[in-house]
Amino acid sequence: MNFVVPETGQYLSPAAGEIFVALAVLVIMLATVFARRAARGLAYFLTQLTLLVTALITISTLDSNTHFTFSDMFVSDPLSGLLKLVVVFAVMVALLYGRGYLADRKLDRPEYYLLVLLMTLGMMVMITANHMLVLYVGLEMMSLALYVLIAFDRDSVRSTEAGMKYFVLGALASGLLLYGMSMVYGATGSLDLTIIANKTSAFAIDSPSTDRTVLLFGIVFIVAGIAFKFGVVPFHMWVPDVYQGAPTAVTLLIATAPKLAAFAMAVRLLVWGLPHLAFHWQSMLMFVAAASIILGNLAALVQHDLKRMLAYSGISHMGFVLLGLLSGFAHDGVVFNEPIYSHRWFSLAFSGALFYAISYVLMSLAAFGMIVLLSRAGFEAVRIDDFKGLNRRSPWFAAMMMFVMFSMAGIPFFVGFFAKFIVLQAVLEAGHLWLAVVAIVMSVIGAFYYLRIVKLMYFDEPVDASPLRAPAELRVMLSVNGLAVAVLGIAPQALLTLCEHAFRASSLYR
Amino acid sequence: MEFKTVVFYFLAAILVLAALRVITARNPVHAVLFLVLAFFNAGGIWMLLGAEFLAITLVMVYVGAVMVLFLFVVMMLDIDFARLRDGFWSYFPVGALIGVLLAFEMILVLGSTRFGFEAFPVADPAADFSNTRELGLVLYTEYVYPFELASLVLLVAMIGAVSLTLRKRRASKYVQPSAQVAVHREGRVELVKMAAEKDEPTAAEAAAATDNPASAPGATAKN
Repeated sequence: MNFVVPETGQYLSPAAGEIFVALAVLVIMLATVFARRAARGLAYFLTQLTLLVTALITISTLDSNTHFTFSDMFVSDPLSGLLKLVVVFAVMVALLYGRGYLADRKLDRPEYYLLVLLMTLGMMVMITANHMLVLYVGLEMMSLALYVLIAFDRDSVRSTEAGMKYFVLGALASGLLLYGMSMVYGATGSLDLTIIANKTSAFAIDSPSTDRTVLLFGIVFIVAGIAFKFGVVPFHMWVPDVYQGAPTAVTLLIATAPKLAAFAMAVRLLVWGLPHLAFHWQSMLMFVAAASIILGNLAALVQHDLKRMLAYSGISHMGFVLLGLLSGFAHDGVVFNEPIYSHRWFSLAFSGALFYAISYVLMSLAAFGMIVLLSRAGFEAVRIDDFKGLNRRSPWFAAMMMFVMFSMAGIPFFVGFFAKFIVLQAVLEAGHLWLAVVAIVMSVIGAFYYLRIVKLMYFDEPVDASPLRAPAELRVMLSVNGLAVAVLGIAPQALLTLCEHAFRASSLYR
Repeated sequence: MEFKTVVFYFLAAILVLAALRVITARNPVHAVLFLVLAFFNAGGIWMLLGAEFLAITLVMVYVGAVMVLFLFVVMMLDIDFARLRDGFWSYFPVGALIGVLLAFEMILVLGSTRFGFEAFPVADPAADFSNTRELGLVLYTEYVYPFELASLVLLVAMIGAVSLTLRKRRASKYVQPSAQVAVHREGRVELVKMAAEKDEPTAAEAAAATDNPASAPGATAKN
């Protein structure tokens, strides 16, 4: 039980990225105190630098082996490497988009960047957690920072109300999750996900025991907690209000990287920790996913606020991610043993879900980036009508927005199409025909509200004809982002192979 | 009856009475003081169970810090406690229902074979067993990672609380020279073209009007 301080540093090296971010937070905090005048710019540049170095550290420590450290509480595998990289890049892009927006509204205080870094650290901890306690601590670190960021515009009633709402509901969800974890602990006697997975393999599908009842109750609460963090039905109530109330720069942050952290949490808890009870959480996720896809698409039809519309569309997209997650195990309750982890089907479903989550992050960044692009000091381009006639004002960015909308609608040869295609393929292979039918029908209905924006941009007269006045860095990055949505749609194979490799190589068993 | 049992019933009786007084006391300050008493007795019961670290932490953290903060809040905020009590009977059915449900669930959990008393036999540690030492050993070895992370969560809370509530108080009204220099004519005066409603003014009236330009004092310069 001794904590060995390693002489060669090999035990701490898998966690180098996390340790670096934690130290950088402290350094930036002190640096901005002493910088006074230049603190705003300094905090921004140091934060971007930290994220860049973290990405480099993650790349340099990436290999196809699985490493454990900190008494097996920390796991570093290809999956965590890929997720961490995407999270860090998403946060970097979101910060870059939001910089001018925050400066216009005098919100670019140094604390903003500190909280963003701590949120990133929380997500990295969640991604690399192999222990329920660590996962929970990471979740709380991310959530607490997000609550504050949402309410960061403290003179705005909407912003503070959204922060308060998210805080109260988030605390409830954390309580549910913790309660579920405590039940799983009660039944298995361990918080270590590897040990839980090994112990629950004994609970065959029809062994009548109290432990199984306790475990099932635990799974119900854990699924509820995960569903809240994903923002899926029936735990979706906060999503539209928070997206709308938060400053758009913060909405950019909420709608992107935390979805990947939620994905990591679902994979670690359900797929890694409780694979032998897959039958039970699958049926829960089935309901959640179908309800999210139906409600998200129907509610988005009637929205006039673009942020609310994207929030509802996000709910349905998260439903698709869950569709991928639930298709990885056979639905007839067969409990799989070790070989399934190298099975093609397993990797198709989970890597499909991961591919969907990553492409959603990409599309979501671009869509909210467009809102930032059209906004200026004292004006928020959040109404759908603000996009009217965008083609006349800037044909290039109208095309970028069109790419993103087509991609979100799942129109062929954009990245969103392939994401939907792979997930639905996995769903069909798993034998859930009705789920695939529901998903396809609702996607067709959902295409209406995406295409409406394209119609407004190209065929309507502009309401507001002022030229776009965004900084060059925002224009360049947004163009890259929009083009990535198109290019990844033409050539999705590289990213897909990466996702598949991440799941194949990240084996559960040591 | 064993001496330990006597002590237990003594502490438990005071604990229950104090807890009852917390919700029945009319004066909120008394309620807080009774809560302190309840915590103190709960600490005593934990001490009896051999959990001396938990007992001392309870007294130090809750009695020493949290309850003092409660007292401050109760005394400093001007809350109308008579009005808070007004809805008691209208909320009573719901509250009673939840209370009964909670009790039922606890009985269910404690009565089950998995979480029942027989599933968790009381450990019989050696006389010199120190659970403070044991906790410390685990906390700084096996659990050092979540322990350090928890400290960062506290840092998040600290930064968040400060950034949401701290407002710089302006002691003096001052003028920013940079803002003054950056002022344009267009930022201050807006010339609006209007059709004349009156006849042309006389020369004297026109001179008086130009002496009174529509400029605001320097401090309200638009940025």
